[in-house]
Amino acid sequence: MTDNSQVLTSMTADRQSESEARAARDQRHDLWFRRTVCGAAMLVLFLLACIAGSTLWGGSEAFRTFGLDFLTTTDWDAVAGKFGAVVPVYGTLVTSFLALLIAVPVSFGIAIFLTEVAPPWLRMPIASAIELLAGIPSIIYGMWGLFVFAPFMAEHLSPWINDNLGAIPGIGVLFQGPPLGIGTLTAGIVLAIMIIPFITSVMNEVFRTVPVALKESAYALGGTTWEVVWDIVLPYTRTAVVGGVFLGLGRALGETMAVTFVLGNAHQLSASLLMPSSSIASVIANEFSEAYTDLHRSSLIGLGFLLFVVTFIVLACARLMLMRLSRKEGL
Amino acid sequence: MSSANENLYRMRSFKNKLAMVLSCSATLFGLGWLVWILATTLINGFSALGTALFTQMTPSPGSPGGLANAFYGSALMSLIALAIGTPIGLMAGVWLAEFARHTKLGTVVRFINDILLSAPSIVLGLFVYTAFILPVSAMTNHQVGFSALAGALTLALLVIPVVVRTTDEMLQLQPSTMREAALALGVPQWKLTLQIVLRAARAGVVTGVLLALARITGETAPLLFTAFGNQYWSSDILKPMASVPVVIFQFAMSPFDDWHALAWAGALVLTMFVLTLSLLSRLILLRDRSN
Repeated sequence: MTDNSQVLTSMTADRQSESEARAARDQRHDLWFRRTVCGAAMLVLFLLACIAGSTLWGGSEAFRTFGLDFLTTTDWDAVAGKFGAVVPVYGTLVTSFLALLIAVPVSFGIAIFLTEVAPPWLRMPIASAIELLAGIPSIIYGMWGLFVFAPFMAEHLSPWINDNLGAIPGIGVLFQGPPLGIGTLTAGIVLAIMIIPFITSVMNEVFRTVPVALKESAYALGGTTWEVVWDIVLPYTRTAVVGGVFLGLGRALGETMAVTFVLGNAHQLSASLLMPSSSIASVIANEFSEAYTDLHRSSLIGLGFLLFVVTFIVLACARLMLMRLSRKEGL
Repeated sequence: MSSANENLYRMRSFKNKLAMVLSCSATLFGLGWLVWILATTLINGFSALGTALFTQMTPSPGSPGGLANAFYGSALMSLIALAIGTPIGLMAGVWLAEFARHTKLGTVVRFINDILLSAPSIVLGLFVYTAFILPVSAMTNHQVGFSALAGALTLALLVIPVVVRTTDEMLQLQPSTMREAALALGVPQWKLTLQIVLRAARAGVVTGVLLALARITGETAPLLFTAFGNQYWSSDILKPMASVPVVIFQFAMSPFDDWHALAWAGALVLTMFVLTLSLLSRLILLRDRSN
């Protein structure tokens, strides 16, 4: 009897200690699991800091040598060792601005078509087709731009622009120049084609979040489709739409290959949109592997740092604006 | 009075019609570019397609050749990039979805990851150049400079944010009742995550990896000064290596017609591969949803 109970207690004690050991083991494993995945997530934060830090460090020689002149001079002369960022920065801003000027209205139109106009069976295929456009690698856009679109520009569009817009006093100077085909305007158009899918898909998505009851009330009051879009849908989604536009801008600013092919890599400041120019990304792509002096390389990395800071600010604004809409939805 | 109303009505109706016409033409305009670009790539690419493309090395101007070494380089670097980037992205995504769903730190990481997702890839190349190539070159007495490994690391930096984002989203979609059921049975958290939640979200996670692959196969800019390029076959990951996009860039920018033809052929293969991947990932998601 006593033997039996002793065996029994020892068995339960065994089992208890076994399950306790197991619980402790599970807890230990969980702790390590948690630490590992947390470490991976922290790596993402660390990476961003490293990217900013390393490009700042890499560009420090240029920043030290030229000081503020780096941002205010137009010289870019590898032989004389003089580097100023004005031309590439100007080129980046102008091409991106042109791209937005074209892409925003077009994307808005496509988004209206997809949410209000098209019959339901047509929405899916067209949305997918537009997204296919986003999937095409940027180098294909660049090649197409160089071999197909630039000759087209040189033969048809540039002469027309030169004749008709170049004569307007005031803004005419923007549109004068030889019909080279490559240049700021061509780069802006190719960039616009590239960012249309990004802006469209954001607009399409946020337009869908507008409560149906809201739209139907407007229709019931006799509003036309256009009035519903302009007075109901757009005000409701305004910040997110601007966020989508900024997302497109972020893409356009940092886009390299498409621009490098059609911009012409010329280091001169020109008022005309038909003249070749250069952007930050295209200068880096064209010159980095051939930069033989440390100062040249450092100037290029410094340009990269500027690009990173600008796109970071633009993309951060975009995300904050997009987040505001999802908060409104209560998601 | 009634004529004023009539006028107002006409005006509104006209405005609406104009807007609808513009909206339709915007769609046609957008699709027009797609058709134009795809058609050009198909026509120019097919005329240069042949078995030599996949069996011969990149030629010097004037002699026949293919892109075999570039295809090999691209495949190898993409594989290494996926091997490095996928586990890190998966783990970070798991942390975001399972441990930090509504925390401040989680929001910050998600925010930063979204920015990395659309950060200019050329800057990532500069980062790898200053943080990897320069130190390694200094350590090995300039024996190792531009290398395939550096290229793969750059591509891995592009893989991580894509995988983090999709993993996070797909895990958040999984019902919490499933997690609770497992926890009630006494399953430890790591087992719950790896063997139950991740398994349920498998299709979504695979989609993320495919999308990441689609993104890096077309990536050119950061490879220009990390993997550089190589005219010959090389399987040494510490040496410069050719990749399809970089070869396309060099060949397209050259003045030689036979190089242009090869560049178009490469562009065609690249485009088809990327489009197939994105279609495939869509199909996987669709099939998963219908189940």
